[in-house]
Amino acid sequence: MTELLQADTVPLVFAAVAVFCVTVYVLADGLDLGVGILFLAAPRDADRDLMMASIEPVWDGNETWLVMGGTLLFAAFPAGYYILLPAFYLPIMFMLFALIFRGVAFGFRLQATRFRLVWDIAFFAGSVLATFCQGLILGGLITGVPVENGMFAGGPFSFLSLLGVLCGAGLVGGYALIGAGWLIWKTDGATQVFAREIAHAALILTGAMMALVSAWSAWSVPEVAVRWFAFPNLALLAPVPLVTLAVIVALWRGIWEGGQARTFLLALALFALGLVGLIVSLWPYLVPRHVTVWDGMSDPQSLAFLAVGIAIIIPIVLAYQAHAYWVFRGKTVHEHGAYGGHAGS
Amino acid sequence: MDAVALSRLQFAFTIGFHILWPTLTIGTAWFVTVLSALWWRTGNTVYRDLMRFWMRLFALGFGMGVVTGIVLSYEIGTNWAGFSRSVANVLGPLFAYETMTAFFLEAGFIGIMLFGEGRVSKGAHFFACLMVAMGALISSTWIIAANSWMQTPAGAVADAQGIYHVVSWWDVIFTASFPYRLAHMVCASFLTCSFVIAGVSAFHLWRGQHVAASRTAFSMALWLALVLAPLQIFIGDMHGRNTMVEQPTKLAAMEGLWETTKGPAMTVIAWPDMAAQKNLYAIDIPHLASLYLTHSWDGQVQGLKAVPPADQPNVPIVFFAFRIMAGIGVVLLATAITGFVLRLRGRLFTARWFQFLTMATTPLGFLAVLAGWTVTEAGRQPWIIYGALRTADAAAPVAAGAVTTSLLIFFAVYNVLLLAFVWFAGRVALKGPIDSAPPTREHPGMERSTLGAFTTSPVPSPVRGTDPARA
Repeated sequence: MTELLQADTVPLVFAAVAVFCVTVYVLADGLDLGVGILFLAAPRDADRDLMMASIEPVWDGNETWLVMGGTLLFAAFPAGYYILLPAFYLPIMFMLFALIFRGVAFGFRLQATRFRLVWDIAFFAGSVLATFCQGLILGGLITGVPVENGMFAGGPFSFLSLLGVLCGAGLVGGYALIGAGWLIWKTDGATQVFAREIAHAALILTGAMMALVSAWSAWSVPEVAVRWFAFPNLALLAPVPLVTLAVIVALWRGIWEGGQARTFLLALALFALGLVGLIVSLWPYLVPRHVTVWDGMSDPQSLAFLAVGIAIIIPIVLAYQAHAYWVFRGKTVHEHGAYGGHAGS
Repeated sequence: MDAVALSRLQFAFTIGFHILWPTLTIGTAWFVTVLSALWWRTGNTVYRDLMRFWMRLFALGFGMGVVTGIVLSYEIGTNWAGFSRSVANVLGPLFAYETMTAFFLEAGFIGIMLFGEGRVSKGAHFFACLMVAMGALISSTWIIAANSWMQTPAGAVADAQGIYHVVSWWDVIFTASFPYRLAHMVCASFLTCSFVIAGVSAFHLWRGQHVAASRTAFSMALWLALVLAPLQIFIGDMHGRNTMVEQPTKLAAMEGLWETTKGPAMTVIAWPDMAAQKNLYAIDIPHLASLYLTHSWDGQVQGLKAVPPADQPNVPIVFFAFRIMAGIGVVLLATAITGFVLRLRGRLFTARWFQFLTMATTPLGFLAVLAGWTVTEAGRQPWIIYGALRTADAAAPVAAGAVTTSLLIFFAVYNVLLLAFVWFAGRVALKGPIDSAPPTREHPGMERSTLGAFTTSPVPSPVRGTDPARA
């Protein structure tokens, strides 16, 4: 076990697990953050009731992947944790404030009588702000953070970059697209029509921002340009943008047609492709241009202990999370026997 | 203030606020689980109504716990980068295991617990409740293992750069103070919840509403309190004697003991003066501390002056927080025993003064938990890893202005949250278990949507052909 873990492949395995966790987080929480982003755009209060009911049983499980990502970074790649978190202090804090408001809005909105609009706004604004902060962090990561003597060495606003703003807008559009896809799948009637309509706007924003982010990061970060445009990478990587374009076209054509899960699944595929592009741009850096995954790893005995848990527990976690989605399969019905109401009596 | 002091203040505030919610939800999750089992096995609707009632309150507290807990998992990096760098090999895997074995378990079954009653069998619903309740316990086990390692580190060695490397995972997890701290915290949660349940039930008994359900819950809660209140004092005594061995300076601060003494007195109340290194206005009971700490008349207990003043914690904070915690413990024990006496005399459900008394005890458990954590966390200062790493050396390279901003926002946001929680949970609690009301009355404000929108209103059909089957 220990010899195996000292091989050069170990960081690859843990990097793969980390990428997996980030992917699951982005896709899963993307759908419920996306529903939040669309929340106030929905025309009727009844739509909002249904939208919230569709994600109520699963949002907590989705958000747990954010904690998993953070703790996995701490446990497996501590350098990433203790350099990047102070570097992105303000966007992380504001993301957390936003997640607090949208998280408690689930319970409080259900109980509220007079001030439901307050919790509607909290849910919407929390979802948008949390998403935008994630974009700021992503853009700042691609741009790079100042590091000296193995610690973050910048100021409170060194995270800020044009790329971050573009990524923020792109993520808002992208999560809204996943959310709209989810609503097309999980609702029907007027709510579904609303989701189909707004999916167009979300797709335009996502597509435009993906193009801008790609272009601007290639223009402003030379290392990224070299990665993509030097031969033979150019030939090997050309399929990534081409497939992305094909998925965007398929999404546009499929919003009103095809299976009801189609928009949702294609939106997930679009995000997966975006992540592939991101990994191409950043690999093998944990802290871009400063710390690689090989330099930033924790001890072999810590990784071995961790690996046992991941190998045994994560498959079980995935199984019962899938089971939770299965229990609430099909179109969401508005049974406000929530918290053990009339549904079971 | 500098960034270190601000970060300490922020962490103390955010973790202090967070601990309220696990305290509430660990106990109530198990209460709901027991009620779910009773409803499943007996079919008695009193248990069903109680289960649904406490599930509503549990759900509100659980949501608060989730969102305030995520903050902590990131604050350790954002504000305590030096600490993270030093201990990532040791504590990183413990946190990762907490997420994998506890948070996911809770999150995976909370949906079925809260919203799935109509979709799964009673047995499956009980299982979901059980998994959520287990998740809460597993979570406390890992996090207290991590905290105990910081209090009584073992099983890892630091290299020249101050980075810890694990030698034995068993020793890292099962440190000297771990079993006592875990037992003390879990018991505190159950004890707090038993008085919350008793207090809410007492309110309904006093109002003469939901009588059958409230009597059941009141009786169950007071039986539990009768067992747990003395048990908690017993565990606390063992924990204190463990602290005397493992963290003598902390214990000396709790006792307000400056000189290393044979047969020390118990200081009931005093003002510990750190500048003068002695107590002012002390009321002492001779030899009593020696009796309960060393179980002998003339046992030796180390005093605060055994270490230089720079290595002492803030004594008044630890000293008074300990007295608040222990005082509340005594009040809760007295209440539980009084309830037992009334039960023997057949007046448990009718003595109105006792209903007021139990209502008054509702918030006390939370205060005791906050005071207890203040004792253990303030008491190990100036160390973040006891005897090894100073808190001042553990901070992150963040600007004081940024921390001030986040601290002020946390303060504002958490106060708004607490108000909202007290408002909504208070309303649910005062309304009480609904015996057999129609669903529209169960959720005021939902009438509009429940009555019409999804059943009768004509909905525009999608413009172009869509597959009606589930995709």
